[in-house]
Amino acid sequence: MSRAALSNSATQKLWRFHGGLHLPDQKSLSCEQSIEQAILPKRLVLPLQQHIGAAAKPIVKIGDHVCKGQMIAQPDGYVSAALHAPSSGTVAAIAELPIPHPSGLKATCIVIDTDGEDRWIERQTHGNWASINPSELRNIIRDAGIVGLGGAGFPSFIKLNPGARTEVDTLILNAAECEPYITCDDRLIRERVTEVIAGARIMRHALHARRTVIGIEDNKPEAYAALQAALARLKHVPIEVVQVPTLYPTGGEKQLIKILTSKEVPSQGLPIDINIVCHNVATAAAVHRAVELGEPLISRIVTVTGHGVHTPRNLETLIGTPITDLLEQCGGTTKDLSRLLLGGPMMGVTLSDHNLPITKTGNCVLALTPNEFGPQGSVRNCIRCGECARVCPVSLLPQQMYWHARAKDFDKVQDYHLFDCIECGCCAYVCPSNLPLVQYYRFAKTAIWSQAREKQKSELARDRHDFRIARQEREKAERAARLAKKKAALEDKSAGTDDKAKKDAIKAAMERAKVKREATKVAPKNTDNLSADQQRQIDEANARRAAAEQDGEKKS
Amino acid sequence: MLTAILALAVLALVFGLILGYAAVRFKVESDPIVDRIDAILPQSQCGQCGFAGCRPYAEALARGEVDINLCPPGGEAVVMGLADLLGRDVKPVEGGAKKKMIAHIDETTCIGCTLCIQACPVDAILGAAKQMHTIIADECTGCELCVAPCPVNCIKMISVKVAPATWIWPYPPTSQQAKEDS
Amino acid sequence: MSNHVTSSPFIHGAANVTRTMQLVAYALLPAILGSLWLFGWGILINLILAISTALLAEAAVLAMRHRPVLITLQDGSAILTAMLLAISLPPLAPWWLIVIGTAFAIIFAKQLYGGLGFNPFNPAMAGYVLLLISFPQEMTSWAAPTILRSADLSLWQTLQYSLTSQLPVGITLDAISSATALDTLQVQLGMGHVLSEIRSSPIFGQLGGYGWEVINGLILLGGLWLLRQRVISWHVPVGMLGSLALMATLFHFVDPEYYAGPLFHLASGGAMLGAFFIATDPVSGATSLRGQLVFGIGVGLLTFIIRTWGSFPDGIAFAVLLMNMAAPTIDYYTQPQVYGHNRRS
Repeated sequence: MSRAALSNSATQKLWRFHGGLHLPDQKSLSCEQSIEQAILPKRLVLPLQQHIGAAAKPIVKIGDHVCKGQMIAQPDGYVSAALHAPSSGTVAAIAELPIPHPSGLKATCIVIDTDGEDRWIERQTHGNWASINPSELRNIIRDAGIVGLGGAGFPSFIKLNPGARTEVDTLILNAAECEPYITCDDRLIRERVTEVIAGARIMRHALHARRTVIGIEDNKPEAYAALQAALARLKHVPIEVVQVPTLYPTGGEKQLIKILTSKEVPSQGLPIDINIVCHNVATAAAVHRAVELGEPLISRIVTVTGHGVHTPRNLETLIGTPITDLLEQCGGTTKDLSRLLLGGPMMGVTLSDHNLPITKTGNCVLALTPNEFGPQGSVRNCIRCGECARVCPVSLLPQQMYWHARAKDFDKVQDYHLFDCIECGCCAYVCPSNLPLVQYYRFAKTAIWSQAREKQKSELARDRHDFRIARQEREKAERAARLAKKKAALEDKSAGTDDKAKKDAIKAAMERAKVKREATKVAPKNTDNLSADQQRQIDEANARRAAAEQDGEKKS
Repeated sequence: MLTAILALAVLALVFGLILGYAAVRFKVESDPIVDRIDAILPQSQCGQCGFAGCRPYAEALARGEVDINLCPPGGEAVVMGLADLLGRDVKPVEGGAKKKMIAHIDETTCIGCTLCIQACPVDAILGAAKQMHTIIADECTGCELCVAPCPVNCIKMISVKVAPATWIWPYPPTSQQAKEDS
Repeated sequence: MSNHVTSSPFIHGAANVTRTMQLVAYALLPAILGSLWLFGWGILINLILAISTALLAEAAVLAMRHRPVLITLQDGSAILTAMLLAISLPPLAPWWLIVIGTAFAIIFAKQLYGGLGFNPFNPAMAGYVLLLISFPQEMTSWAAPTILRSADLSLWQTLQYSLTSQLPVGITLDAISSATALDTLQVQLGMGHVLSEIRSSPIFGQLGGYGWEVINGLILLGGLWLLRQRVISWHVPVGMLGSLALMATLFHFVDPEYYAGPLFHLASGGAMLGAFFIATDPVSGATSLRGQLVFGIGVGLLTFIIRTWGSFPDGIAFAVLLMNMAAPTIDYYTQPQVYGHNRRS
C-alpha cells in the first residue's frame, strides 16, 4: 500500500489511499450558475425514514394545519431523527407512498398540501452558543432533525458526542464532493462560506476538537479561495483548509481521513474509535442554521444536472419537493433522456418514476443521455485481470468477492471482508468484462442480512416448538398422574379387605342423610288423599328402593 | 520377497497404531451431526419434508436415509448448507422454491374452536375456547398446518410484506439471461 | 426477482476485453512479419489454419453448451490463443499438427473448463505441450533462417508441403530446415563440446540463434508497446527475464564454457514471447501485481532449469504450466492489506 506523502501549498503533509480513479468530473455543467430558489411546490411528500436508524413517529393527524418548521414526526429511540414541515399547509395524508429506493417499494410518508403562505413557527435562536453546554447543543441539533447531508443520513447529533473522551483529536469537514456532476457543496461554499465556517465552529465546540480541518478537492479553486479568505478575515479561528488531489472516491469518509491524518478507521468501527469525527460541509451549515437561527432542517441544495435537462443548475429545495417540479424548473428533460438518477453516476439510484420526492439525503438529480454512460459492452466472463483490485480504495479483492458472491457462498465472501466494501463502484467502472460487480456485493450483503434474520426467527421457532413439546408432555404427565391416582383410589376401593368398614361407612352415611333430612324438615308432601294410581306409583317406587338397598347390601 | 511382505506388514501395523492413537488423542469435540443439521433447518415444523418436524428430518439426514432437498421453507440456502455439511451434491429444492407466506385468520368467520391452536407446532396462535383466535405474525413460520383443521376455512396464507429495509438486491442476470431478456 | 433493477455505477471506463485482445494481436504483428521475412511463408499458413480451427472449435463447443456463439467469439480470445500457438510452432509443421494443437487448446484447455476466465492453464501452452510430447519429431524440425537455407519455398509450395508433406522436386528437407540454437546447444554440450566451439557454428548469430534473435527482438518491441499501452504491467516480464538472466549470469560466471550467458538465454527460444505474451495471460496467471512478480520469477527459474538440465531444449511451455498450477497459492499469499485491518488501528 502506497503511503507516499504529497504536499500542497499550505505545506500540509498528505497521504494517499490505495487505488481510486480519475473520472471526468462534469462539474462545469452546473457549477457556474448561482443557487436558485426552487419554486414552492403544491404538495410535499415526506417519508418518515430519511436517515439511518428507526423511522420517525408522526405527531400530527390528517387535517392538522402545520407551520413552516413545525415538528411533524419525532425521533423513535436514540438513533433516529425528527421531521419538520418544510412549509406551512395542511396534512393531507399519512400513507404508504413510493420512495426513492432501488426496490421501488413504498414507505409511510406524511403529505402536506402547501397553502402558499410559507409561514414560519416561532424560531428560537442561540447567538451565544459558545456558552451553551455541548449536551444542550446536541439536543438543539437533534430536535432540528439534522442528519448527514453528504448522502448517508446518519443523525448528526450522535456524531457530535465525544463520548467518554474529554476531547476529539480531529474534526474533519468533508468538502471533497468527489462524485462527477455534483456541485451543491461547491456552490454552497462559494455563496455561503460564513454559514459553513460558523457551523464548523459550533461542531468544534461540541466535540472539544483539538484540530479542525476542511478537506476540499483541488478542482474547486474558487471555493478553496473563498474558504481561505473567510478564515483570514475571521482571525484566531483555528480552522485549517487543505486542498487534496482530485481522485474518486476522496470524499469517502474513510479515504479522506487517511489522506488528511494517515490513520485508518478500524474495520466495522467508526472514526470516533480513532478520535476523529467527519461531517459534510452542508451539515455544518445546517447546524449553524439550527443553532443560531433556530431553523430546523427543511431544505437542502440539490444539483439538477446532466445533458438530459435543458438548464442544469443548483436549486435550494424544500425537503419533500417532487423531482418533476425540479426538472421543470430546470427547463424540463430532453427527448434523449436515457436514465434519471438520484445521486451521482457512481453511487446513485435509478428513478423509475419522476414524481418521487427529494429527501434529506437527495443531493443530486442526474439526467443522463446515451452518450454519457461511457462504452457499454456485453457482460462477459471475468478474465481475472486484477484491475478491480488495483483501483479498490479499501484494498479489497473484488475479484474473489465476485466469484464467491456469484456462487452464493456467503461464508467465503465474508472471509474477503465483504462488509468493508463502501460500494463506490470503482471496480465495476474498470472491469473489461462489464461485470455488475457492485450489484453482486449488494446482493450478497442483503442476502446475508436476510439469512441472519431468518436464522434468528428459526432459533425462536425451535425454542417455541421445544417448549410446546415440553408443555404437551407435561400436560400428558399431569393427566396421567391424575388418572393413575384415580385408578389407584378405585382399585383400593374394590380390593375387598375392608368389607365391614365399608358397610359401616355406608350405614353411617345413610344415618347422616336421614338426620339431615329430618333436620331440614324436608318431608314428602302431598301424602294425604292420594288417588289409587298415585298410591300404586309410590308403592312401586318404594319397592324398587328396597330392592336396591338389598342389592347394595349383597354387593358389599 | 518374504522380507518385502514382512516389511510392508510391519509398516502398516505401525502406521495403523499411530493413526488409531491420533484418532483418540486428538479427537475434536463437536456437536453431534444431528444438532448441526438441525441448526441449518428453518424450524418451520411444517412436515412438508414428510417427517413430523425438523428434528426427525435432521435425524433421518444424519442416518443418510433421505435427500437434502426436501425442505421448501428452507429453500436454496438450506440445500447449500446441508450439501456443504454432509458432502453431498446440491440439488434444486423438491417441488421448486416457494415464497414465504404467513397465516391469517379471518376474524368474522372464526368460531373459536381451538383446533388450529392445537395444530400449530410453535404455538403461534393466540386464543382460547369460544374466544377469538389470532395468528401472531412474527411467530408464524408458514408451515400451513393450521389451514386444514379449521372447520370453517377461515385461515388463509398471505405473503409477507417486504419493506425497503428487508428487501434483497436481485442476483445479477448472467449474460445468457440478459440475452434472453433483450 | 425483477431483472430490471440495475445497480450503480452507471458510467464505465474504456477497458474492454475485445480491445485488449486486439492490442495484443497488433503487438504480435512485427514478429509475424519478421518471421515471414526470415523463415518463409510457413507462419502465414500456420496462422490461417490455427485461427480457423480455433474459431470453429470454439463455436462448436459453445453451441453444444447452449451459450451465445457470436458474442463470445467477438471477445477475440480464441483468435489470440491461435496466434500465440501458431507463432510457437515450427513454420514447416504439417497442417494436422496445427489443427490438433489448436483444437486441443480451445476445446480441452479452455472451453471444457467453462470458457474464457475459467481455465487454470494457459491454453496455448497446453496445446504446445500436447504436441511436443506426442509428436516430438515434427515439433523439433524447424525451418532454417534465410542464410542457412539453400532453397526457398514459394507460398504455394509451402502450402503444398503443409497439406501433403510433399516437397517440390529437387528440394530436400535438409535444404530448408535446421535445428534451433537451443537444440544444437543441448546436443553439443551433451556430446562434450565447449561453448566457445559451439558458438562458432553458423546457426548462432550475435546473441542467440541466427534469425531467432531478430524475432525475439521484434517481440520485445511489441511487448514494450503493450507495456506503454498499459495492457500488461512490468511485473511478469521483469520477473521472468530478470530471474532467467540472473540464473544464467550466475552459472555462466561459474563455468563459462558449459553454461550459456544471459544474453543468449534472453534472445533464444520463446523467452521474449513467454515474458510478454504468454506468462502475462491474466486468466491463468497470478492476479495481484506482487503475485505476478513472483509468478514471473518462477517461470524464469523453471525455464533455466529445464533448458540446462532437462531433456527439452526450451522449457518455457512447461515452466508456464507449472506456474499456472502454483498461481492460486501465489494469490493466496500475496493478498493486499485491507483498509482498517492494520495492527496500528
